[in-house]
Amino acid sequence: MKRAARLVIFYAGLIALWTLLAQLKIWPPYLFPTPWSVGEALYTGFKDHSYWIAIAVSLRRVLVGYAVSVVLGMILGLGVGSSKFVEETMGGLLVSLQSLPSICWWPLALLWFGLSQNAILFVVIMGSLLSVTLAMEDGRKQMPKIYGMAGRNLGASGFQLFWHVLLPASLPFIVSGLKQGWAFAWRSLITAEMLYLSLGLGQVLMMGRDLNDMSAVIAVMILIIAIGYVVDGLVFKSMERHLQHRWGLTPST
Amino acid sequence: MSANAQNFPAPVPVPVESHMPARIAGAREKSGLISVPRPFHGVSHETPKVRLTDICLSYRTHSGERLLALDHINLQVKAGEFLCIVGPSGCGKSTLLHLIAGLHQQTSGEVLIDGKKVQGPGTDRILIFQELGLFPWLTVGQNVEFGMKMKGIGKVEREEKARYYLRLVHLSQFKDSYTHQLSGGMRQRVALARALATEPDVLLMDEPFAALDAQTRDLLHDELERIWFETGRTIIFVTHNVREAIRLGDRVALLTFRPGRVKREFPIDLPRPRVLEDVHVAHAAREILDELREEINRSLEVEYNLGVKPHVEPGADQQS
Repeated sequence: MKRAARLVIFYAGLIALWTLLAQLKIWPPYLFPTPWSVGEALYTGFKDHSYWIAIAVSLRRVLVGYAVSVVLGMILGLGVGSSKFVEETMGGLLVSLQSLPSICWWPLALLWFGLSQNAILFVVIMGSLLSVTLAMEDGRKQMPKIYGMAGRNLGASGFQLFWHVLLPASLPFIVSGLKQGWAFAWRSLITAEMLYLSLGLGQVLMMGRDLNDMSAVIAVMILIIAIGYVVDGLVFKSMERHLQHRWGLTPST
Repeated sequence: MSANAQNFPAPVPVPVESHMPARIAGAREKSGLISVPRPFHGVSHETPKVRLTDICLSYRTHSGERLLALDHINLQVKAGEFLCIVGPSGCGKSTLLHLIAGLHQQTSGEVLIDGKKVQGPGTDRILIFQELGLFPWLTVGQNVEFGMKMKGIGKVEREEKARYYLRLVHLSQFKDSYTHQLSGGMRQRVALARALATEPDVLLMDEPFAALDAQTRDLLHDELERIWFETGRTIIFVTHNVREAIRLGDRVALLTFRPGRVKREFPIDLPRPRVLEDVHVAHAAREILDELREEINRSLEVEYNLGVKPHVEPGADQQS
């Protein structure tokens, strides 16, 4: 309750400050809109369904891309950790690749896949695959070896061992990597959408720019932030809490 | 009844006669309640349950030299026998259990179960790790069911057996708890139930009670002995505690310090149940301790001279 009150006060203050700055008219209103004109933009955007469609399209893309990179990343991560040779060679390559902003894959994706959904998906996957892979590799290293041995000892092998032992045992160590992967996937998606007329939130954002509609631009930015935040809070926070409860780790409050 | 008695072959040839009646009485007393599937011991009186022939294990240390950890270990364990292995830390006794469990591969020599060569892990031998290795993401009940689930046994049968084995270790009410909610002694019993539930012929125990307080350990000694009576498993129990070895074992094998060799085997012919404070236990312990002390001194010498313990590779001492 107290926390909620603090949050309300903080955001009310922020909006008040914003209103004040807008009312002072230091900048022209078409460059610095008031909160209510942004609110209006949000309202009309949802009313004519353009925001709903954009959200649906973007979410679908990010979910597909993220799912692919989680599955691929886990396999790659386990593979990288499996031998010293692969770890030293591939591991280093993966870390250095991570310094490449995912949008740098865009020109390559365009040439490979053309102006299509697949090009966007490719950028999303490249954006999050590496962090999932590195998290899985790290998780496998951090995970106490005893679980794998106990699993084998009790008759698990191959996929069974991965699914019933290695995966759940490494979850607490990879959950932050999965979260980071999600954030990267979301960012890569919006960036890619901004470069390609394709429905989706990124395109709506660029449309605001093209129409010189600053209220719409800010409205979409708020949507992008909100969706990222909600997924983080709903999916990853509850996953972390669940894991902490099960493993008996003290919840970080 | 006589069928039950046959399930407990005399562990050590002749002098054991004195404690046989106690064991059989123990088994008979409980036998009315038992529905445990017993391992089939009728192979041949000559074939030992577990046989180690010339087991050697060497590995490369970080400095690059080869270190011989186990040196021509020869041991035989009869079906239903309780063998304790003692030795100073670093003698490779944990590693030996890992080899029997099939979790690591020896450099040379063979591990035979019922005369068959061990190739990798198998549920006919279950190792209870020193750190237990209970799965924190599963409930106590799910932990106990794990081995059966891997075997593809149906849910109903799994639950029924898990219930049985949890009752055997007196943890019925904790079926739905997570392992972090239990005390050390209770976790130990979960590990025991989980191992028993896969119904192995051979139970391998790696210093399972080392981290427990004395009272809990005493209790668990009693329980382990009772469960051994009731289930008729073959047990190989590794410990550095000589009295514990004498409290539990039909036979105690003493390993030397680096390289690990079987220095001597001591048959323990004391009547069961034995009490740690018993004079006879103390007496037997002294004999073994005298020999063990030499090995401990050697191990200390090496440790002090080196400053640090050389990194022991497969399995042993992984307490991180």
